[in-house]
Amino acid sequence: MIKSMRAFLLLLCAVTLPTIAAIDVHEFDSVEQEQQFKELSATLRCPKCQNNSIGDSNAILAQDLRQKVYEMLKAGKSEQEIIDYMIARYGNFVTYNPPVTPVTSVLWLGPLAVIVIGFGFIFIRSRKRKAVRSISETWDEDKEAKLKALLEEENNQGENKQ
Amino acid sequence: MNRNILFAPLAFFLILVVVFGTQLARNADGDDPTKLESVLIGKTVPEFRLEDLAEPGKLYDQSIFVGEPLLLNVWATWCPTCYAEHQYLNELSQRGVKIIGLNYKDDRNKAVQWLTELGNPYLISLFDGDGMLGLDLGVYGAPETYLIDANGVIRYRHVGDVNPTNWEETLQPMYQQFLQEAK
Repeated sequence: MIKSMRAFLLLLCAVTLPTIAAIDVHEFDSVEQEQQFKELSATLRCPKCQNNSIGDSNAILAQDLRQKVYEMLKAGKSEQEIIDYMIARYGNFVTYNPPVTPVTSVLWLGPLAVIVIGFGFIFIRSRKRKAVRSISETWDEDKEAKLKALLEEENNQGENKQ
Repeated sequence: MNRNILFAPLAFFLILVVVFGTQLARNADGDDPTKLESVLIGKTVPEFRLEDLAEPGKLYDQSIFVGEPLLLNVWATWCPTCYAEHQYLNELSQRGVKIIGLNYKDDRNKAVQWLTELGNPYLISLFDGDGMLGLDLGVYGAPETYLIDANGVIRYRHVGDVNPTNWEETLQPMYQQFLQEAK
């Protein structure tokens, strides 16, 4: 029983080994470097995929870019240098933290504009409503007379019924 | 209260319908939103030293792109669209269009065999086994075709297959223009 179990486990290892080999293994000089690698893998975007970081994607291109990031870190490049290197080749699409340019400014100004327009709308409407109310609150003799006429009519009708 | 304001959401909805409708129509016409603009437009071909595909040891560098307008076609045997466009590239090369091939992250033997079997439209075939020139060019999916003018400056990048429609509509006019400029 134990023997067959062992054989089964060995077989399992043989089956799973190739999958382990497919995960790329990187060795780093320091914990800090490893941290930088993780950060870059998460902030660089895979150009082939629409919304995956190079760390998330298993596209061949993403693997290549991870490898390149690793090599550059090993060569002592700073994070910014690596990001600039990627932008020089793939454009701002490659980073999840795009710089402010005329094209991307809508990302920053858009939400602000929505807030300003929204509050502006509320403000203007509240002022208008106040104006309407103040007009209707003016009471003059004309209205007083109309009201009296109406009340009298009502009273008369009530008496007639009784 | 102004009753017209009640129609604002409807108006907003209709505007959105028009915006999305226009973009969908454009997509149907071939405007692929996943296409990336190349940042290398207006820059010279990056420096490289690569071997000839069929003759290991024979080296080329970026100077091969200077002199006359060229097409640089990035291809690989693992890429089905490359297969689809190959016959048209053969036809273009027969018509005198000068094309340089960049075999990208491929098996060398398979690539040589492919050219022997399907015909070779390339003046020069570069072998970029580890994809490093591809990386410098910002290649994100084969096939890609770059239009390079006589000064070795990248002027346009086309992603996807070259076919009679896009050749006649976009690529050929530019290629002709670069030929004129070179005179």
